Amino acid sequence: MSVLKYLLQKEFRQIFRDPAILRIIFMMPALQLIIIPMAADFEVRNVNLAVADHDHSAYAQQMVQKIKSSGYFKLIHYSSTYQDALKNIESDKADVVLEIPSNFEKNIIREDHTSLFIAVNAVNGMKANLGAAYLQSIIQDYNNQIRLKWIQFPKIPPQTNIEVTVSNWFNPMLNYKYFMVPAVLATLLTMVGSFLTALNIVREKEIGTIEQINVTPIKKYHFILGKLIPFWILGLVVLTIGLIIMRFFYQIHPIGNILVVYFFAAIYLLCVLGLGLLISTYADTQQQAMLISFFLLMIFILLGGLFTPIDSMPSWVQKLTWFNPVSYFIDVVRMVVLKGSGLSDIKNHIFIIVGFAIFLNSWAVWNYKKTN
Amino acid sequence: MNKEKVIVAEGLTKRFGDFVAVDHISFEVSKSEIFGFLGANGAGKTTAMRMLCGLSIPTSGKALVAGYDVFKDTDNIKNSIGYMSQKFSLYEDLTIRENIRFYGGIYGLTKKQIQDKTSYLVDHLHLQNHQNSLVKSLPLGWKQKLAFSVAIVHDPAIVFLDEPTGGVDPVTRREFWELIYDASERGITIFVTTHYMDEAEYCNRVSIMVDGRIEALDTPKALKINYDSASMDEVFLKLARKAVRGE
Amino acid sequence: MKQFFAFVKKEFYHIWRDKRTLFILLGMPITQIIIFGFALTNEVKNSKMAILDFSKDVSSHELIQKISSSKYFDVSNVLTRYDEVEPLFKKGKIKVVLVIPQQFSNELLHANQTKLQLICDASDPNVANTIVNYATAIIKDFQNTIVQDQKLPYRIETEVRMMYNPELKGAYSFVPGVMALILMLTCAMMTSIAIVKEKEMGTMEVILVSPLKPFRVVLAKAVPYMLLSMVNVITILLLSVYVLDVPISGNLSLLISESLLFTITSLALGLLISSITDSQQVAMLISLMGLFLPTTVFSGYMFPIENMPLPLQIMSNIVPAKWYYYIVKTIMIKGLGFTYVWKETLILIGMTVVLFAFSIKNFKTRLA
Repeated sequence: MSVLKYLLQKEFRQIFRDPAILRIIFMMPALQLIIIPMAADFEVRNVNLAVADHDHSAYAQQMVQKIKSSGYFKLIHYSSTYQDALKNIESDKADVVLEIPSNFEKNIIREDHTSLFIAVNAVNGMKANLGAAYLQSIIQDYNNQIRLKWIQFPKIPPQTNIEVTVSNWFNPMLNYKYFMVPAVLATLLTMVGSFLTALNIVREKEIGTIEQINVTPIKKYHFILGKLIPFWILGLVVLTIGLIIMRFFYQIHPIGNILVVYFFAAIYLLCVLGLGLLISTYADTQQQAMLISFFLLMIFILLGGLFTPIDSMPSWVQKLTWFNPVSYFIDVVRMVVLKGSGLSDIKNHIFIIVGFAIFLNSWAVWNYKKTN
Repeated sequence: MNKEKVIVAEGLTKRFGDFVAVDHISFEVSKSEIFGFLGANGAGKTTAMRMLCGLSIPTSGKALVAGYDVFKDTDNIKNSIGYMSQKFSLYEDLTIRENIRFYGGIYGLTKKQIQDKTSYLVDHLHLQNHQNSLVKSLPLGWKQKLAFSVAIVHDPAIVFLDEPTGGVDPVTRREFWELIYDASERGITIFVTTHYMDEAEYCNRVSIMVDGRIEALDTPKALKINYDSASMDEVFLKLARKAVRGE
Repeated sequence: MKQFFAFVKKEFYHIWRDKRTLFILLGMPITQIIIFGFALTNEVKNSKMAILDFSKDVSSHELIQKISSSKYFDVSNVLTRYDEVEPLFKKGKIKVVLVIPQQFSNELLHANQTKLQLICDASDPNVANTIVNYATAIIKDFQNTIVQDQKLPYRIETEVRMMYNPELKGAYSFVPGVMALILMLTCAMMTSIAIVKEKEMGTMEVILVSPLKPFRVVLAKAVPYMLLSMVNVITILLLSVYVLDVPISGNLSLLISESLLFTITSLALGLLISSITDSQQVAMLISLMGLFLPTTVFSGYMFPIENMPLPLQIMSNIVPAKWYYYIVKTIMIKGLGFTYVWKETLILIGMTVVLFAFSIKNFKTRLA
């Protein structure tokens, strides 16, 4: 055991000796945790609208006013030619063009119907779809308003109507940050853990000190433990920093017990460190280690449900995500923080992650023995 | 000279596929002897040394290092040897004291022993003013001397030195060899590879490897007579020219 | 010039020897295109729905039938009590619960008025919103089948045209993004690491005593990565045309030239990084922090810039990838010409010149 003590002492000294790395270890997660959730706001609002109004009637103006006051649209251009409005889409200034035909008002009243033309910049498909849907529903609303003015409704509605009420649980304000912050925290922990472990071990290989270690009586498992324990602790420190930022910067109060997150993270870190160890056994240079980690983490994170829901992925990809440890951790942090899930709710997640940890570490140790 | 044998190799062989890196080498090294292990690049020196250190399992043959079998007892061997490689083996981002402490610790020295060793080494190498500076900041010669001292911090039976003086100036090399003689007098066996033929002259006995085999093994003086040469340089050139395989 | 090419050749050997690195560098764009093209969509379908049906009559049955036959929902649980809802959400599988009141059929057919409730797991606000939209649309549809004959007066109809991307494919917005990201990665990050590695290993000094001018040495290291980047651009374009069916609407040679310009910008960034550090680990981490993160966050292909807080919006302007992304989008997707991107091109050129000036100055002071 005393050998392990000296190994740990050495690792910690080396980590704390390099202020550049240390700063990055703690600053990087903090900075990312602050920037990404602020940037990752996919709610569709601020849709830029250009209007080509050939009518200039009171109705047309009322309708445009109603669209503007909905909060979703910003009127950035108003003219009477379609060409002018379209230019705004070409230069990316506008997302939607609404063309109001001449005789708009007259046709509604005299002919009982009129038609509007909407052109949407659909390069960003999702935004286009939702933007168009919002615009249409505002126009429908306005339509009902006009109808109400012209018809007196009897007591029993002439038209069957199903009213739909919505309750949004766990995130009633629909705040996207509540959803993103826990997940970004989970990915950061993954990156810090695997990246640093891999780089650290490969660095000893590249410098040649590992050769020296090999001729000493240090047991392989001592060496590996000596590498894993410091980064395991570091990982928990990063988690703590992240939770503090979440609580005080974002004012997110976890509903569940934060100890559940720690418990899961403690196991999850073993799995992530095992991944780093595994990478280090396959890489000869730091450059390789970095690229391999980067490549794997990119896949894990993109397919981990951080930005796009796993449920939306095609079923073959969903099956692949069963083998993605990151997705389980993201899931657990979100469940505990937002829904207050407890240990019994996440017991499947725990079993799977324990399995991953054992698998990755055994593979790494097996491969480490083989190559040395 | 003491008769106790600390290294005994018999028909030691290492094959990598079809390639025979080390081809049935046999030799003995006595306690506190300074044994020079010479050979051109690619002659198989490093492979032979790695087998003796327990880093690589031989394909066939027999070898005892400090009385332990290189096939079965690698853990005991590692406890009884020190090793210093041509690549630099101290941690550059630790201080002198921390390096001594680390290596002392992993060889199982007690706290007290580590403290004593540290102050002895710091005094001995005249590093009083630098004991808390990072190894990175030291000149190469100092680093090499320190690396050697750290390699024998646990008083091993044998220390293996793999081209320890590469890139070091002649004065420092002299000082380095004084450290080697010191260690030898304390009963530590020195097993050293080098490319400097003047250093070969400092050894008690010298072996010269060519193409995986030991072509010559004797005292420097006897070798010069046998090969009718004025210097070890000449001996080496005469033997090395026979080499078929290159690097 | 001959010496210069000798150096370039040497760098090629380095890259060629390290098969693992080469494999990843060339495999990265392919993997990204596949992931973005086939795995990541914001389309919400097959959401798991539970139904709390208090009425259990003909109409509720019809409604459930209609919902479960749509591709958007899988009706997986039928509940009987209100307090079953929360535990189900906590297990994490169910996204939405539809509550059907007692007397649903009766109210619907005779009072012409009834209420349904949707309870969403709103942890993901996007999904919750979309689910509500879809569910509401299905319910309205259901309502319309009941009242087919009621024709309304005073109608405003709308005709919608989706420009540039009528099928609303996600690929149209991410292909330019992946291009920016990959160019940054292969060119800036790899160049900086390759140069710093020579410094760390001490081989830099050997090279610097050669008759070649120091800055040319550094440039020679960058040339292979530039070529590699162009290979990646072509891979991405081929994949997007032939695999993702995203056509190149604009001028191909204009697109390639702009990509070449951005490659040079990235290169300048890589040189700048390599001029300020001597450690590979630091160079890697700076590249990740200073290149990868801003490129992902601020180029606009993953996160909408217009939704960001103002300071971040301002910050996005100094990220070269943002301008490149805009240029590629305009040329490739919208099919517009140089007149629409000349300003952005000028900005990129300006950035490149400034970055080069900085790194040359840094190199001179450091190597002199």
